[in-house]
Amino acid sequence: MTTIAELPPGFVDKVLSAQSTFRSVMDAMARPGAVQRIVPMAGTAGPMMRGTAAIALTLFDHDTPLWLDAGMSESSDVLKWLKFHTGAPVIQDSSIAAFALISDGGALPSLERFALGTNEYPDRSTTIIIQVESLASGRSFELRGPGIDGVATLQASIKPFDLFERLHLNETLFPRGIDVVLVADDAVVAIPRTTRVMSKGG
Amino acid sequence: MNAPAYNFAYLDEQTKRMIRRAILKAIAIPGYQVPFASREMPMPYGWGTGGVQVTAAILGPQDVLKVIDQGSDDTTNAISIRKFFAKTAGVATTTSTDEATVIQTRHRIPEVALHANQVLVYQVPIPEPLRFLEPRETETRRMHALAEYGLMHVKLYEDIARFGHIATAYAYPVKVNGRYVMDPSPTPKFDNPKMDNCPALQLFGAGREKRIYAIPPYTKVVSLDFEDHPFEPYRFNAPCALCAAENSYLDEIVTDDKGSRMFVCSDTDYCEGRQAAGHHGALSAAPYKDKAQGGANG
Repeated sequence: MTTIAELPPGFVDKVLSAQSTFRSVMDAMARPGAVQRIVPMAGTAGPMMRGTAAIALTLFDHDTPLWLDAGMSESSDVLKWLKFHTGAPVIQDSSIAAFALISDGGALPSLERFALGTNEYPDRSTTIIIQVESLASGRSFELRGPGIDGVATLQASIKPFDLFERLHLNETLFPRGIDVVLVADDAVVAIPRTTRVMSKGG
Repeated sequence: MNAPAYNFAYLDEQTKRMIRRAILKAIAIPGYQVPFASREMPMPYGWGTGGVQVTAAILGPQDVLKVIDQGSDDTTNAISIRKFFAKTAGVATTTSTDEATVIQTRHRIPEVALHANQVLVYQVPIPEPLRFLEPRETETRRMHALAEYGLMHVKLYEDIARFGHIATAYAYPVKVNGRYVMDPSPTPKFDNPKMDNCPALQLFGAGREKRIYAIPPYTKVVSLDFEDHPFEPYRFNAPCALCAAENSYLDEIVTDDKGSRMFVCSDTDYCEGRQAAGHHGALSAAPYKDKAQGGANG
């Protein structure tokens, strides 16, 4: 049994680390496709990356029901770490989750199974945090939409391979929709529901 | 016992997390008003409690904060909010638009173009643009859900029917990213074009009404109008009396009880910058004249 003393630590400076992480995530959300770095370090548990852990410590608490994919929820270290450091309830029903943590994008469930918000309250939707291989190399994508001056390009190696095709769902659903945060180690890219992503040159 | 009894930037961490989550959703849905659990702040409603909470949630030790009230850095509201964050967060403050990374504003957008490393935080009294047309929250929420904004066009049309032109001079409604009609807060409509395709992130906080909304950078913001009555920004037809600026928003200042008045830039930083650069208006500062004339009028 893991005691609290053996748990990987949270932020050294809770207040300023959370602020710095939030600004990276806010900039990522405001400028889709731009790669932001998460600077503060925290301990990580199981398959959780540094960036994911920092975002969890910054945004999760008792008000944010979490849905974890199999890779995350099968790790008792992840469950204990999240419970101790954030207190966020882990739920089975993805359709009422505020956040979803995805360690294996290949097994990402259908996006309709997450909270999409309502037309009256489109903000009541799941933010999906997907851990990916790389946000520096891989296939090229072109992004358009609010927050982007013309066109932004993103090179990323991600699973599921058809993630951006699946996110076309956001076009017809708007203002409802899914917001995605991609994490690769300490790099973060956000794809809010307003962003249109096209594969560049196949 | 001299250690401060409050957290960095005043708000507790749970409150900041809640506000930060609301800000992220606000950015993801441009122009949509996200409800949030607004806290009591150590200042009265109407003094910028919403803007202060947004600023407190984003502010870090590296930031340089500027606060303006109607364009002015040196009014009571601006000074007290600037001091509040200098005291509770220890951040550097400035009056220079260019140097600031976070600008909290009441009712103006600075004259100098904003850049990509800045966040503009608006203090908002009534976030719902449809509120004076439809008092029921359930109804306005449904109107936003259906993008049913006919009522707002009727209101602007009634302006034209009564006055011959759209008489709305401030809080002039805009449509954000082709979807949500949004209240830009009571900025003069002169400022509306600055919101369009702005490189800086724009965040709006309404404390009493408990709403946060946002315009991401480089987002289309269109002032509502009609083909035959296009939107026109309004400006007093005069140069600034202090810096002779022809393109800035002007305040009308009554100077005596005989009806004398002067027009000066509402953006004090812009006006001072121009004066320092050698631009002088008709009533510009006495020291230059006094020196030249040897105090002849003394």
